[in-house]
Amino acid sequence: MSKALRTIAAAGILASAALMASGALAAGDAIKVGVLHSLSGTMAISETTLKDTVLMMVDDLNKKGGLLGKKVEAVVVDPASNWPLFAEKARELIEKHKVDVIFGNWTSVSRKSVLPVVEELNGLLFYPVQYEGEESSRNVFYTGAAPNQQAIPAVEYLMSEEGGGAKRWVLLGTDYVYPRTTNKILRAFLHSKGVKDSDIMENYTPFGHSDWQTIVANVKKFASSGKKTAVVSTINGDANVPFYKELGNQGIKAEDIPVIAFSVGEEELAGLDTTPLVGHLAAWNYFMSVDTPENSAFIDQWLAFIKDKKRVSNDPMEAHYIGFNMWVQAVKQAGATDVNAVRQAMYGQKFKNLTGGMAVMNTNHHLSKPVLIGEIQDDGQFETVWRTDGVVKGDAWSDFIPASAKLTADWTYPWVCGNCEKPKY
Amino acid sequence: MFVSSTLRKTVFTLVIGFFFVIPPAFASIDDDITALAGKSFKAKIAAVEKLAATGEGRVVPVLEALLKGRLFTRKSDHKVVVAVKKGAIYVLTDPLTLEEVGQVAKKEIKKVRANNKLRGVIRGALGGLTLLSPDRAKRIEAAEAVFKSRSPGMIPVLEKALEREMDQDVRGKLQLAQAAIRLFSTKNTDARLAAVETLSMHATPEVRSLLGNLLAEETDSKVRAVASKALSGIEERLALWGAVGNLFQGISLGSVLLLAAVGLAVTFGVMGVINMAHGELVMLGAYTTFVIQELFRTYLPGGFDYSLFVAIPAAFLVAGLFGIAIERGIIRFLYGRPLETLLATWGLSLVLQQLVRTIFGPTNREVGNPSWMSGYIEAAGGLVLTYNRIYIIVFSLLVLALLAVLLRKTAFGLQMRAVTQNRRMAGSMGIRTGTIDALTFGLGSGIAGVAGVALSQIDNVSPNLGQAYLIDSFMVVVFGGVGNLWGTLVGAFSLGMFNKFLEPHAGAVLAKILVLVAIILFIQKRPRGLFALKGRAVET
Repeated sequence: MSKALRTIAAAGILASAALMASGALAAGDAIKVGVLHSLSGTMAISETTLKDTVLMMVDDLNKKGGLLGKKVEAVVVDPASNWPLFAEKARELIEKHKVDVIFGNWTSVSRKSVLPVVEELNGLLFYPVQYEGEESSRNVFYTGAAPNQQAIPAVEYLMSEEGGGAKRWVLLGTDYVYPRTTNKILRAFLHSKGVKDSDIMENYTPFGHSDWQTIVANVKKFASSGKKTAVVSTINGDANVPFYKELGNQGIKAEDIPVIAFSVGEEELAGLDTTPLVGHLAAWNYFMSVDTPENSAFIDQWLAFIKDKKRVSNDPMEAHYIGFNMWVQAVKQAGATDVNAVRQAMYGQKFKNLTGGMAVMNTNHHLSKPVLIGEIQDDGQFETVWRTDGVVKGDAWSDFIPASAKLTADWTYPWVCGNCEKPKY
Repeated sequence: MFVSSTLRKTVFTLVIGFFFVIPPAFASIDDDITALAGKSFKAKIAAVEKLAATGEGRVVPVLEALLKGRLFTRKSDHKVVVAVKKGAIYVLTDPLTLEEVGQVAKKEIKKVRANNKLRGVIRGALGGLTLLSPDRAKRIEAAEAVFKSRSPGMIPVLEKALEREMDQDVRGKLQLAQAAIRLFSTKNTDARLAAVETLSMHATPEVRSLLGNLLAEETDSKVRAVASKALSGIEERLALWGAVGNLFQGISLGSVLLLAAVGLAVTFGVMGVINMAHGELVMLGAYTTFVIQELFRTYLPGGFDYSLFVAIPAAFLVAGLFGIAIERGIIRFLYGRPLETLLATWGLSLVLQQLVRTIFGPTNREVGNPSWMSGYIEAAGGLVLTYNRIYIIVFSLLVLALLAVLLRKTAFGLQMRAVTQNRRMAGSMGIRTGTIDALTFGLGSGIAGVAGVALSQIDNVSPNLGQAYLIDSFMVVVFGGVGNLWGTLVGAFSLGMFNKFLEPHAGAVLAKILVLVAIILFIQKRPRGLFALKGRAVET
């Protein structure tokens, strides 16, 4: 080779080496947080705001000096309400972007798709949404409600005199794992309270279903038997909008047939005129209308970040808020972002609830949270009509399904198991 | 003395007694109103029942305010007031005297909370209190509320109302309520028999449940016989009305399919172009409606009810222009190559979705129903016909009729049909085929936009709106016969009715699957669809 060519080649090698070194330095300088929420598709109505919440908290953390002396960087991907794509994107976040934690998912089917990936690659997922239980993974922290923190108290409230004394039940859900499993648990619970199968009506619809005429007419027919009827709705995503519109159009008043929803919060109501829906209910662990100093501060911070005074806050946002802060505390306690170290530091982490009291992360990877039942108001907010006195510890394995009642989830010694009848050690 | 001392003493006692008895009566209503603002719902329910027991018309505004969420307490003196929002401040009125007592900002008042149980109790109480109201609509509402609550204590009030009532409709409702109460509260067999006979005239689900409950407890054989005969008669009529309800729902689903498919019938049927972006053109029409409504909300809030009449031509223009642009920019180069057209328009649909997502955001947009489209008609037998669906059925038929007129009677329609039948001959006759192609595509797209206006009233307005209707539109056009408007009409309505008659038996998911399978089997037998036009080449 000529001398000039050799000089150029040497310079090229040096330059690329320098670039790689600087690249490695830059990568080592930031802690990466993955955001795995649908930004398009049928679930975008619910999940987009969660992406913004995580971005807000990352921004806030960086303003306070970062984490372990490093900057925190959010890596956002869009799995587009496509369940297999959730798994691909989770793999991309962990393998390609090397994130230390993922905040993501909404539907249980998306979480079930991501589960094998995070378990194989030993990733960490914070899942902020109420779900059906029957699962406890070493790699997932469930900051949303388990059935005993949402579904069961909600049905108990409707059965009580204060809630209307319902004797007949309509279970409406979207056709996937969460509604099917929750309704299985609820049916077992209703049986234990003496409700017969003839007094229970179950119905499933596909995602995005928009023609509710027949179903709402059938609900009316079922409810006109003379016994007080209540509807338990596990309908997810934007199918809720035409459902509530049809309820309003057919004149179903909440005093006659109350509808309690588990997947409808302030965000889903933002696209609706809620005047005909006043009195219908939802069960969550948080409402934007709860008046505490922590909640007011959070809402002010959120509205300032998103630069839109009309935006709302909801339960999954609070779950991400608590989960993120607990993760930061655990990282500081462990002194590292390594998943195994952080996991150990997570047990027993405490953080203030926005509705008062303390949230605690238990060894079954579930939080202890209060249960709130609220009625829809005409401005799209919820007014709390009932709440538990203290907090309820999340139970992954429902006591109403005989096979599950025997199982315990406890990831610390001596159990170290998510679904065992006896300790492993 | 004219007046004896005993008489004076009696009068004195009476007068003193008057002043001691009446104020406490007034005071107790005030106490009850203050109790409404208490913490426990049990106390509130007790207060409502006490207020209702007074029987005084004065308490009606208070109860109505609590029902509608307009009852508040003033934080400064804990006085219970009715507050109505006026801009940024609230105008407060005394609940009993209805006089204005002040104007305050939102944070100086606290809402008196109600829950469903309380609202139910209030409705029953209002029913009893407003049975004698001068307003006819209120009397009907009251009679229906009493029928629903069926409390035996209402019988004297009902009888008093029946004595005074002149209006036949209201009399009918009062008698129904009376019969419903008598059914379970009287021991007299003849009275129960009469009640059953009154009730059997009204074939509604509520009456059916009442008679069902009666048969479960009734011991007298004569009453049982009459009741069970009435019950089976009612069930027959209810089943008939149920079938009518299914028919209506099938027609309304059919009208939705028709609207979505008509635009495709023009572009695919008349021009043979497979346009996978058809759903996005529908979506553009829906978003145009949203924009027009936002403009109305900002600049002309009073005219909101007329916003749809502005939105329809606007959506036609917007979608039509997009259609012409698509034809000139993409389709023109791909005539005679259906696969490439399919791929190109599929890519275009993704681009359009993302464009809308970027401009408007990925979440749903609120498109409101104008007031004349909200609510429903209650026909006999508990059948509910919602106004928005009725208007959409009428609208879809109107759109189809206008399109048929356009095709048959206008020069443009003639040129369109000529170009489709024989392009070269039409060209030789002096028709500018390129322009006609563009305008035809624009027409089909414009109609899709207009469909979007209608669909925005019943479905979510989100970037994914088009995807939900694309497959359905193709199904209708292929099933009905390509190139034929009659085929689209018949295809849409028959598919809608087929789906709706299956749904009660098989569920929504399975019904859709069965419809799709049925179409596939049908196409095997008749590949050209229902109304196949003979001897015409659709592909160039």
